[in-house]
Amino acid sequence: MKDSLDRLAARASAEGLLDVAYATTDSPFGPLLLATTSKGLVRVGLPNQDADELLVDLAARVSPRVLEAPAQLDEARRELDLYFAGELTEFDLPLDWRLSKDFRRKVLRAIARIPYGQTRSYTEIATRAGNERAVRAAGTACGTNPLPLVVPCHRVLRSGGALGGYGGGVPMKEGLLRLEGVLG
Amino acid sequence: MSELPPFQTLIDEHAGDVMAVCRGAVGRGDADDCFQETFIAALRAYPKLRDAGNLRGWLITIAHRKAIDHHRARGRRAVPVAEVAEVAVSDPEPGGDVWAVVGALPPKQRAAVTLRYASDLPHAEIAAALGCSPEAARRSLHEGLKRLRKELA
Repeated sequence: MKDSLDRLAARASAEGLLDVAYATTDSPFGPLLLATTSKGLVRVGLPNQDADELLVDLAARVSPRVLEAPAQLDEARRELDLYFAGELTEFDLPLDWRLSKDFRRKVLRAIARIPYGQTRSYTEIATRAGNERAVRAAGTACGTNPLPLVVPCHRVLRSGGALGGYGGGVPMKEGLLRLEGVLG
Repeated sequence: MSELPPFQTLIDEHAGDVMAVCRGAVGRGDADDCFQETFIAALRAYPKLRDAGNLRGWLITIAHRKAIDHHRARGRRAVPVAEVAEVAVSDPEPGGDVWAVVGALPPKQRAAVTLRYASDLPHAEIAAALGCSPEAARRSLHEGLKRLRKELA
């Protein structure tokens, strides 16, 4: 049966019928869900998020043609493995931004430019996204980031240096900042 | 309108049933082709499906149609011969694999038996899949079972 299903996923992809391909991958923090469209990575699910719920959400917001097709995510998995091993500081993956709109997307694009091992405050990010007073909205954009890790919202802290929240839980944010050498 | 679940859910829950229908209808050797055709056709139609109420029945119906397509294509590939041998397409051993015996039934009986026992469909859904009345579906099933009992006795 597994061969049949692999063949099905490959054929669906070849015939343009695979709108959302997903896979799970291990990380030091637990399993991650990765989903891609033909444009690029569209969703990263963190270990504390319910993978089934994320898939239902993708079916509703992108397309119900959602299939498990790990081969489509080989490169994303490879880069994430290297990142967690401390051997990769910049992701080189095409991204599909469709799950964020307007100001939130601007915020996420600003976050995507924060270099490895550095941090910014929510205020700085709001400013870079074009509205220095929209600090709370910038925080919401971080909290609803569909592409955590790859769009590194864990590098955004409160003014004054407090960690602030994280979609994957504060311990994971700490772990990531430690991995990047920001925290001792 | 109920929202369509991720297509992978259909595969996780019903791939086994679809494969059973394909095996029963076209035999083990061609079952995977029938299986692939079924899910590709389903995937193609899925975003426009209006009723997510009976996804299993929907898939089984597609599988049955694909099995019919398969038999038609096979008929077209038939090679002319000087003399037509008077044997069944498949000649199962008594007491052997029951699905091999099912495979040798006439098409309507085979379909009815497969849909009832491999897929557990009620008579009304078998009728819908076969495009006949529930009474005719019941008759095909009855005839098919009678013949199976004789073959396997």
